[in-house]
Amino acid sequence: MADELHTLGQAAAVLPAPVLRLEAVCKTYNPGTAAEVEVLHAIDLVLQRGEFVALMGPSGSGKSTLLNIIGLLDRPTSGKLFINGEDTGALGDRALTTLRGQSIGFVFQSHFLLSAFTAIENVMMPMLVDQTFPNADMRVRAHDLLAAMDLAKVEDNLSTNMSGGQQQRVAIARGLAMNPSLILADEPTGNLDTVSTDTVFKLMRKVNIENGTTFLIVTHNLDLAKRCDRIIEVVDGRVVGQAPMRAA
Amino acid sequence: MNRWAPFEWITAIRFLKEGRTQTLFIILGVAIGVSVIIFMSSLMTGLQANFVRQILASQPHIQILPAEETARSLRSESGAVVAATIQKPAQRLRSIDQWQTIVRLLGERPDVVAASPTVSSAALAIRGEASRSITVTGIEPEKYFKIVRLPDYIVQGTPDLTSEDIIIGIELAKDLSVTLGDKLNIRVGSGIARALTIRAIFDLGNKGSNTGLTFLSLRTAQSLAGLAGGVTAINVNLTDPYAAEGVAIVVQAETGAKADSWIKTFAQFFEILRTQNISFGSIEFFVGLSVAFGMASVLVVSVIQRSKDIGILRAMGTTRPQIVRVFLLQGGVLSFAGAIVGSLLGAVGVMLFRGVIKKSDGTQPFQLLMEPQLFLVVISLATITGVAAAVFPALRAAKLDPVVAMRG
Repeated sequence: MADELHTLGQAAAVLPAPVLRLEAVCKTYNPGTAAEVEVLHAIDLVLQRGEFVALMGPSGSGKSTLLNIIGLLDRPTSGKLFINGEDTGALGDRALTTLRGQSIGFVFQSHFLLSAFTAIENVMMPMLVDQTFPNADMRVRAHDLLAAMDLAKVEDNLSTNMSGGQQQRVAIARGLAMNPSLILADEPTGNLDTVSTDTVFKLMRKVNIENGTTFLIVTHNLDLAKRCDRIIEVVDGRVVGQAPMRAA
Repeated sequence: MNRWAPFEWITAIRFLKEGRTQTLFIILGVAIGVSVIIFMSSLMTGLQANFVRQILASQPHIQILPAEETARSLRSESGAVVAATIQKPAQRLRSIDQWQTIVRLLGERPDVVAASPTVSSAALAIRGEASRSITVTGIEPEKYFKIVRLPDYIVQGTPDLTSEDIIIGIELAKDLSVTLGDKLNIRVGSGIARALTIRAIFDLGNKGSNTGLTFLSLRTAQSLAGLAGGVTAINVNLTDPYAAEGVAIVVQAETGAKADSWIKTFAQFFEILRTQNISFGSIEFFVGLSVAFGMASVLVVSVIQRSKDIGILRAMGTTRPQIVRVFLLQGGVLSFAGAIVGSLLGAVGVMLFRGVIKKSDGTQPFQLLMEPQLFLVVISLATITGVAAAVFPALRAAKLDPVVAMRG
């Protein structure tokens, strides 16, 4: 028994930390007031490197709140959140912002591209914000990412002159700009037609397989969810089920 | 996108470019405010410089006069004061004691441009049955003209004075119906009279001066006043006219003679200038303030319009200070651009004013000054004000919760 434990300990020491670990994360709005409401109840969750996970649940179940907390856009009321093994509870606003910029990429339902910038400039923005990325490589990397999304020909177009599917692919390329270990996608295909949905999903899967980037995708589309490695179901602020799926 | 420019600059400029109409209107608003300030400042500076120039055309910076005569109190042999009331004696015309020494001492001062001794006395200018009360001033032309640029105001004749000549003003010439070469009888209070030839006629732009002032040679004036070898005043001009009061105090202390600066003589005028400066300054301040508030309110609206963009930027790792800088830069760029356009508009306004406002003879009533420092100061102040006006919107933008911001 002691030998087994020793071996497990050694294995844990060499295994990389999970990309994401949540320990008993709770979120309460308006604490201490009559309007107090707990929307997340002691969530435990682990995402390993290279996982491609769907997050499902009915509207109002706390998915978006959970995603905001994981994305370091919001703080949990209690519990712990680790990104790549780093306890985020001890970090200040600036450190959280830096960690978010370098480790997490976002893809939203409404692509949220900056309308004042072209497609390639939108992809370059996270690198420009970070300031540590070599200037000379920015455009090359942004071009490569857009080429991977089959958007090289329209890279100098303003986002307002692109189709919904193209805009969402630009948003994915932007999410990948800093080569983050975790991509959070909030209904990334929610506004797309079937063909575009399939294209965008396949692209995300391709990045996941080729780069080992972890994806957490919020979706209401069960067919899409079934093509992920795992489905996490959230109901009333609790994780009620985690079902492994066959890889797409 | 210029990859080498910092993120804040690129974002600020792109945001401004995207909201072209809004940007244009803010720049126009700033430009109008700045042009008003430039125009008003030029007008005020020009007006005041013109007033000062007119005053100093016939007025030295400092005038040194004989010390006032005072009556000593009547005392008894024991030293006790006997007279209860001491009456100030009437000031008779007399020479400045040791005036040559004072002129020499003044000449040694580096801040003195010129010192000119004069003799002034009241007299009557008589032509037939007509007479006018005048002041005759005896001068040494080569020294006096360094102080009062009389030759610049000569409208007829030449200001060369011999002991038989006199220079009179245009109003006196009209009143007595005399012209160049005519003889004019000058009689002082003591009864001494001389017939002098009119050598030149001046126009100082002031009716009082043009009627009452006359100039003759120092010797002639000394002779008329009964002050052989004496002078009643020493006129002094300085390198800096506005230092006159301080220099006058020093000279008075050093020489014992009375020294009056033009600032003291025209104290009321300076009070008017001060009031005028405060009034203009207040108007400029409120123009600037209204422009600043206008810009701040537009930027606040811009923050609301840009809340989603701010949320995206925050989500991709933009720090709060970076967001603050983006909006401060917008304020700075808008106000700087507005100030440049406003300066041009102001300059055009000044030039138009110069073209339109002219006297009947085609000359300008006064010169509108456009000093480079004015533009530098106004542009700098406008830019600083613009950045300051952007502080509140910038802080508001930085405080936005990215989740709430993206939700719109």
